[in-house]
Amino acid sequence: MRHWLEKAGFDPRFTSLVLALALIWAALALATDGLFLTPRNLYNLSIQTCVTAIMACGMVYLIVARQIDLSVGSQIAFTGMVIAFVQVTWLGPQAPFAWLLSIALGLAAGMALGAFQGFWTAYRGLPAFLVTLAGFLMFRGAAFLVADGQTLAPLADAYQRIGGGVHGSLGPTGSWVLGGIACAWIVAQALYARRSRKRYDAAMAPAWADALKALVTCAAVLAFVAVMCAYPDPGSGTGKGIGFPVLILAAVAIVLAVVATRTRFGRHVFAYGGNPEAAFLSGLRTRRVVMSLFILMGALSALAAVITTSRLNSGTHSIGQMAELYVIAATVIGGTSFAGGIGTIPGAIVGALLIQTLDNGMVLMDVSSAKRQIFIGLILIAAVWLDTFYNRRLAR
Amino acid sequence: MTPLVETRNLTKHFGGIHAVERVSCTLHAGEVVGLLGHNGAGKSTFIKVLSGVYPADEGEILVKGEPREFDSPAEAREAGIETIYQSLALAENLDAPANLFLGRELLTPWRTLDSDRMEHEAAKVISRINPNFTDIGKPVRDMSGGQRQTVAIARALYFNARILIMDEPCAALGPGETRMVQDTIRRLKDEGIGIFLISHDMADVFEVCDRVTVMKNGAVVDTVNVADVTEEDVLAMIILGEKRGGRA
Repeated sequence: MRHWLEKAGFDPRFTSLVLALALIWAALALATDGLFLTPRNLYNLSIQTCVTAIMACGMVYLIVARQIDLSVGSQIAFTGMVIAFVQVTWLGPQAPFAWLLSIALGLAAGMALGAFQGFWTAYRGLPAFLVTLAGFLMFRGAAFLVADGQTLAPLADAYQRIGGGVHGSLGPTGSWVLGGIACAWIVAQALYARRSRKRYDAAMAPAWADALKALVTCAAVLAFVAVMCAYPDPGSGTGKGIGFPVLILAAVAIVLAVVATRTRFGRHVFAYGGNPEAAFLSGLRTRRVVMSLFILMGALSALAAVITTSRLNSGTHSIGQMAELYVIAATVIGGTSFAGGIGTIPGAIVGALLIQTLDNGMVLMDVSSAKRQIFIGLILIAAVWLDTFYNRRLAR
Repeated sequence: MTPLVETRNLTKHFGGIHAVERVSCTLHAGEVVGLLGHNGAGKSTFIKVLSGVYPADEGEILVKGEPREFDSPAEAREAGIETIYQSLALAENLDAPANLFLGRELLTPWRTLDSDRMEHEAAKVISRINPNFTDIGKPVRDMSGGQRQTVAIARALYFNARILIMDEPCAALGPGETRMVQDTIRRLKDEGIGIFLISHDMADVFEVCDRVTVMKNGAVVDTVNVADVTEEDVLAMIILGEKRGGRA
């Protein structure tokens, strides 16, 4: 089965992850009398997934390069407070474009936190686990100090739309156009890849397998658009369409997936994760690579903070608690290996979707928050167990 | 004729340990020089200084007569010095083309990786060394010892190295694969490449080397032509650390 899948160009891990997700969705649909699959719930699920998924994209890079960042939840809190401070206290939410400046400063703050941790890890050789554990404490404390523990609200009107609430989505027309473009791009990519491989007589997956893959992906995109458009927006009266956070996630995911697989930087990250010594001996600037990964993670945390504060319409120092655990869990469930060198962006996004699905579904089923935590913990252990099991088979 | 590489009194200390002590040697085009000595004699440190991993504390490295200083492995490579480490320095999770071009990837006009061209080029150079090795798209961890060695050698060759340093290339290989590596060394030599070969296997050394430099405690004991000595002579130099005839 595994061999057969690989021959057809399917990643067995990713395929089984998607199948597992489909099973869970079917089970939740039954257990909630279809409530889980309503457009309203799926729209909310898509928004809830974005914060975890955006950060998981950065965590893939870090864990692939044998690093870790335990401070991402505290980074959200600090950068979120910086954003709220700029809008509420400093410029006032009515100041034109204050929200744009606040986002820029939030991103800069996130990158500064990342640079701090990257410096101690990459250039001073401290273990990432300890440096980011210190960051976990320090950044949460710093978030408190920004406004002396107060909650800052309200935020700018334009800013509130970013979180996917009222007027926070693309609308039906825009969503269908975007869905169409996405499908065209998926098909074009598949054709281009085949043509390029043909030119060099390289081995190719059978045409039907590539066609099936493109077809399934396009169908998923269009089904997603259809469901999102079926949920009415209370502001405009038409269907909501794709939420803005999903657009941000899509942009982040596409850029980072392309960087991971098709750029020199991405190749170097994976090489470093596979064998740090080899990467160094091959002349790679390994310290700079590690440093930039932490900076990237800080920027992504700031993006996640933008969505979170926008949804809450306020900045408070307590946001992002336990985010690091959800993000790391999503990354590992998505097939990123703690041994380094292995991991994918699409896997991490499906991993984030799986975790949020469980969380969301259990809320619908009235499972208490204590039991939800236990269950998600068990899922994480199962995922890591599968990872070691899979690695042992590789090592055999 | 100017040597490809010459070191003059090259010295490297780690704290109080004199890992490499005033080592002077030369390597000419089309020549294989064996570096011999016990573990800890300083061979590995010496080649790491030559390949830019450690900066030298004292002494000079001359490449084609010009003094050079290497601050990183990348700079040594730019000077035409390629090193095949005993560990092979391959990323286990990547395939042969990715390892071959690691740090020197081929790019498309859009600055993205040109994976198909790298695969094509890798297949060409690998088939020159080891025609039986065709499934180069699998990750290194799934490769045999000979296939890994092939990837490491291919990586050095593809970029037209003039100077090749090989650290124990045959240590982990079976007889057939050892022959493959020895054939490759002879062919490279015919192409005018100079090779430093570290080996513990005397038969191996006498098979391919022109000269041997024997080291002990970080310093050079002597450099001799292989044709002028026997295996026993060389062994005596390694063990006793004395020049041939030094006891007479």
